[in-house]
Amino acid sequence: MSDLNKLTIAQARDGLTKGDFTSVELTEACLSSMSAKKELNAFITETPEIALERAEASDERRATGNTASAMDGVPVAIKDLFCTEGVLTTAASHILDGYTPVYESSVSDNLRNDGAVMLGKANLDEFAMGSANVTSFYGNVINPWKAEDGKDLVPGGSSGGSAAAVSGDLCLAATGTDTGGSIRQPASFCGIVGLKPTYGRCSRWGIVAFASSLDQAGPMTKTVRDAAIMLQSMAGHDPKDSTSAPVELPDFEAALTGEVKGLRVGIPKEYRVEGMPAEIEKLWRQGAEWLKDSGAEIVDISLPHTKYALPAYYIVAPAEASANLARYDGVRYGLRVDGESIDDMYMNTRGEGFGKEVQRRVMIGTYVLSAGYYDAYYRKAQQIRTLIAKDFTDAYDQVDVILTPTAPSAAFPVGENQDDPLAMYLNDVFTVPASLAGIPGISVPAGLSENGLPLGLQLLGKSFDEETVLRAAGVMETAAAFSAKPGL
Amino acid sequence: MSLDKATVKNIAFLARIRVPEEDLEPLAGELNNILDWVEQLGEVDTEGVEPMASVSNVTLPLREDAVTGGGQTEKVLANAPEAEKGFYTVPKVVE
Repeated sequence: MSDLNKLTIAQARDGLTKGDFTSVELTEACLSSMSAKKELNAFITETPEIALERAEASDERRATGNTASAMDGVPVAIKDLFCTEGVLTTAASHILDGYTPVYESSVSDNLRNDGAVMLGKANLDEFAMGSANVTSFYGNVINPWKAEDGKDLVPGGSSGGSAAAVSGDLCLAATGTDTGGSIRQPASFCGIVGLKPTYGRCSRWGIVAFASSLDQAGPMTKTVRDAAIMLQSMAGHDPKDSTSAPVELPDFEAALTGEVKGLRVGIPKEYRVEGMPAEIEKLWRQGAEWLKDSGAEIVDISLPHTKYALPAYYIVAPAEASANLARYDGVRYGLRVDGESIDDMYMNTRGEGFGKEVQRRVMIGTYVLSAGYYDAYYRKAQQIRTLIAKDFTDAYDQVDVILTPTAPSAAFPVGENQDDPLAMYLNDVFTVPASLAGIPGISVPAGLSENGLPLGLQLLGKSFDEETVLRAAGVMETAAAFSAKPGL
Repeated sequence: MSLDKATVKNIAFLARIRVPEEDLEPLAGELNNILDWVEQLGEVDTEGVEPMASVSNVTLPLREDAVTGGGQTEKVLANAPEAEKGFYTVPKVVE
């Protein structure tokens, strides 16, 4: 059987169960697709030996009736922000040169224990800081979708390698992480599904930390059903992460009933931002129509502090990053650039090891936390965060889910927005508020732009109510019937 | 409030990042753009609003007070750029 790499997780599960093909065949199809599409630069490290070894083990389990889960034998990419035992882990940074963890992150361990096959480590923005995957020390990731003039487009970020790999059928699915939109925005840019679960749903243990109060892992997949299946494996309480929620996991796939009758869907007026392209506004209205036609009730709502989410995020996230990234000191792991004194060594190492965007954010964070400025910036941003979270709590008195666009544009050409950090930050204007509030959100491919590029719609839910988010997303996916594929 | 070159140099030192002298001026410009932009938060009345440090309202769990690891010097040092006799090594700190 050819084109096994193009399957969804659900199709692979069914085919493996029926014995139509083996995990080794599935894995080989993905590995050859990876080789054929190297120009996307979706992977920092490929792990074909590990992949085939785990695929063989999966086939053996299946032969003896010991299949571990729905993910058993399914080949996936792991964002190179997850520590993987014995496999180079870089966070796309020069400063982690040669870092080979002696342990496995909880999320990738969950997948591994469930039988998923790791194909390699996906490229990303350095330390997950970026919205276009142009800050990786290992080079830009290229979106499998092309501009009309054939120009290379960015895949979004920071989980750009994961998104490109799923979109280009290099793998069946991938892990991502989302701090301010890093799963949802690249999913939108690449025409795939990206789910950021509730903060605390997936363990952060063993994930290279960016902003600890915001970071959350989630699945990046070809369909909403696949997101449900993969989340089931990734999520769960982990005593090793004190912010991991000690709650039982529901059956996420069972939530996909295809039924939204009576569901109240909020449309927040503050998301109609100035300068938003008409085609995105139109698609947003279309999304609401789809849900309404399926029996949902559309409710106009207000999230009054939306405008302040992005600036508050660009205080909170850099502040936490400056603390988290203090650990890269040239002593314990990665790069060391010698110096005459210990301070010299620190400064040389961090000056050479961190890229420009990471340096900028660490310095902003250092400044807003410094004596005399803490209250004016950091405390103020934390107070705004309270107000933003309250906006959502109030809205959920009236509605069950909230529908918004995922990003204010389609994928843009490599090189655009590069010299203007603020323009780049605006990519996350619709995704950041949910990150600050810790609520779950999903991006579903919903249509094409005038230039033939994918556009996503975002559904946000209540804390720990991924089930309703997935249910509504499933209905929207069916209605959108998005079937376009990238030209590569 | 606008950052000048000397302040940026000090921030870079606090963050232990070597920034070449010729990059300080442009960096000050970039950082000021970002700080000017976040100034808009001043428009919001936050009098009496509790600051939110984390969205999880659970009390941090305490683990049992028992030894859970140890004896892993080799693993701990496995990725050190320089290690000697079971220790990390750094440039001389005490004269």
